[in-house]
Amino acid sequence: MTHDLLTGTKLRTRAAAAIDNERLGSVLREFTDSINARRLVAERDIANHQELKDAARALRSGMISRLPDVLSRFADELEARGVSVYWATDAQEACAYVTEVATRSNARLGVKSKSMVTEEIGLNEHLQAAGVEVVETDLGEYIVQLADEMPSHILAPAIHMDRRDIAALFNRISGGDLSDVPAELIAFARGRLREKFLQADLGISGCNFGVAETGTLVLVTNEGNGRLVTSIPKVHVAIMGMERLVETWDQLDLMMTLLTRASTGQDISVYVNHLAGPRRANEVDGPEEMHVVIVDNGRSNLLATEFQEMLNCIRCGACINVCPVYRHIGGSGYGWIYSGPMGAVLTPLLNASEEAGELREASSLCGACHHACPVGIPLQDLLLGLRRHRAQEKAGRSEKATWAAWASAWSHPSTYRASTKTASVLARIVPDRVKVPRWGVGRDAPQPPPGPSFRVWLKKGER
Amino acid sequence: MRVTLVPTCVVDTVAPEVGVAVTRVLRRLGHEVSVPDEVTCCGQPAWNAGFADAAAKVAGQTLDALMQDDPEVVCVPAGSCATMMRVYWPQLFESVGDSPSASRARALAERVKEFSEFLSRESLHGGRYEKKVAYHHSCHMLRELHLEKEPIAALRSLKGCQVANWEDDKRCCGFGGLFSLKQPEISVAMADEKLDSLEESEAEELVGCDASCLLQLEGRVTRRGMRISVRHLAEVLDEAYSRDA
Repeated sequence: MTHDLLTGTKLRTRAAAAIDNERLGSVLREFTDSINARRLVAERDIANHQELKDAARALRSGMISRLPDVLSRFADELEARGVSVYWATDAQEACAYVTEVATRSNARLGVKSKSMVTEEIGLNEHLQAAGVEVVETDLGEYIVQLADEMPSHILAPAIHMDRRDIAALFNRISGGDLSDVPAELIAFARGRLREKFLQADLGISGCNFGVAETGTLVLVTNEGNGRLVTSIPKVHVAIMGMERLVETWDQLDLMMTLLTRASTGQDISVYVNHLAGPRRANEVDGPEEMHVVIVDNGRSNLLATEFQEMLNCIRCGACINVCPVYRHIGGSGYGWIYSGPMGAVLTPLLNASEEAGELREASSLCGACHHACPVGIPLQDLLLGLRRHRAQEKAGRSEKATWAAWASAWSHPSTYRASTKTASVLARIVPDRVKVPRWGVGRDAPQPPPGPSFRVWLKKGER
Repeated sequence: MRVTLVPTCVVDTVAPEVGVAVTRVLRRLGHEVSVPDEVTCCGQPAWNAGFADAAAKVAGQTLDALMQDDPEVVCVPAGSCATMMRVYWPQLFESVGDSPSASRARALAERVKEFSEFLSRESLHGGRYEKKVAYHHSCHMLRELHLEKEPIAALRSLKGCQVANWEDDKRCCGFGGLFSLKQPEISVAMADEKLDSLEESEAEELVGCDASCLLQLEGRVTRRGMRISVRHLAEVLDEAYSRDA
């Protein structure tokens, strides 16, 4: 796994480090509040927004339930347009294929537009090991690539860095004469990236939606990098998760209406690219060769399980922007590329490690995510499902025994009363720091008032 | 009418004053309050931890006790417990293969009312409470129960009671059941964000409808040495009404 802060670390440690970083916290909160406010404005502008969300939920679920057929249609249409289709079971296969394409075309430089699935499969490292330089061209991704850091947020990877950090970073390659004025930094990046676009042999992109009925790839960006990456280099490889499809253009229309509003509060992004195959004889631009790598990497394992609905996710980030946990711990708190509620659910589903599984605990089950999700994914229910799975498959004997004892005591009125009485007596006499370990991390223990328990008071007949 | 009251385990353990206040308020409104001995807990702690069997065992006890009481209405002074009973019990019982209990839970659901929800159907008069209070909207109240205006209306029905503008009133307090113990740093950071703007609101008191949220917030308020009292809505009403007598 690349961008991996998970392996060998605990959620509490990563969270504590993020929480201690006051500047990071205030940037995360400011960013998510502002982008969330824009989402709300954009969504309120649509009178029947809830109906559209309900329709989108049904649409995504319906499509996923027919996934093999939809994929098959999509692949047929792509091939009819002269696109090579490769089915990658896992990260290794996907990376090997892209590397082979690069090698066959003697590619030495690849330019990349933003794609979460390429991070997921660790594509950059693989290509680099094979001697292909890969340059991220989304400005935020370019920055974290240069800094060799973990992206903070799926839409704003470099949000944790300020203009001074970025100036320092750029000065390492510019020879040191840049100020920290944003316009100057952006101009520098644009200049560097232009060179790369023009020199690149290979363009690598993700895909927001594949339209099965026509074999079209839809790429949604706010920077022009997606367009340049997919039209200048001779070879274009698009990598997509197998679930990122719509069946028809009508369905695309609905998804686009919801995606950009949920994501950034825009009615539509600055660029929406529809890629319909490699350059044709009468066209002046476009790649000569085009490939689509359809990635499974654990997704098909979710089909026909209680977690299937996680495949409906369109990676808009709305859940991340409303999550009360995310706003305090950021991307580094989750440890991997997917953060917030969708990260807490998806990471354990794609990755069997203990550390990945621990992300089930990164939630107070507040439900804000479900409320914000444009396709109505019940993220907190999926998270509870992960906890149930763990309780059944992985919980230790002592933990199971503790819950069994609790259930035994609390399903009988007399033992329930006895234990609540004990707890309340303890709360009064045991020193604060001993009372409940971990509660005392930052909080004083509850101090019940002197006097009888509620049930005793009731029985006494007092008024 | 006869109101069947579920005290909740938080009240039974560390917050008896909330149970007392709820009972007094319901009686003042002319109702008879019945608290079946056999009612224990709704099972939520275990459900949220993923231990459905344990949750169903405890929830089943409370469900049976309530059915035995043949309630006209079940009043629950906590949004999280009311949500567990009304919204999640059917799913809980189905998940452990107990369809009969799931059916009974579904039948009971429409009679389950959170405290402020119950009050919203009453005509509230009287009561004096000359304080500026900040109201904490707990997650279950907002999301699953859709109860936002009801607690505010109850507060505003009291003479002199001002509800402060509190910027972070709807943010999660960070309790989340065992989350507060498993991830204490995150839990406290979430409480702090609310409490930071609470100071700005100049409220004298923090009020809520969930004793569990209030435990969390009060614990942090005390640790931070903030000069603000923390009370359940029922305690506010009880005190306000006692001034009339």
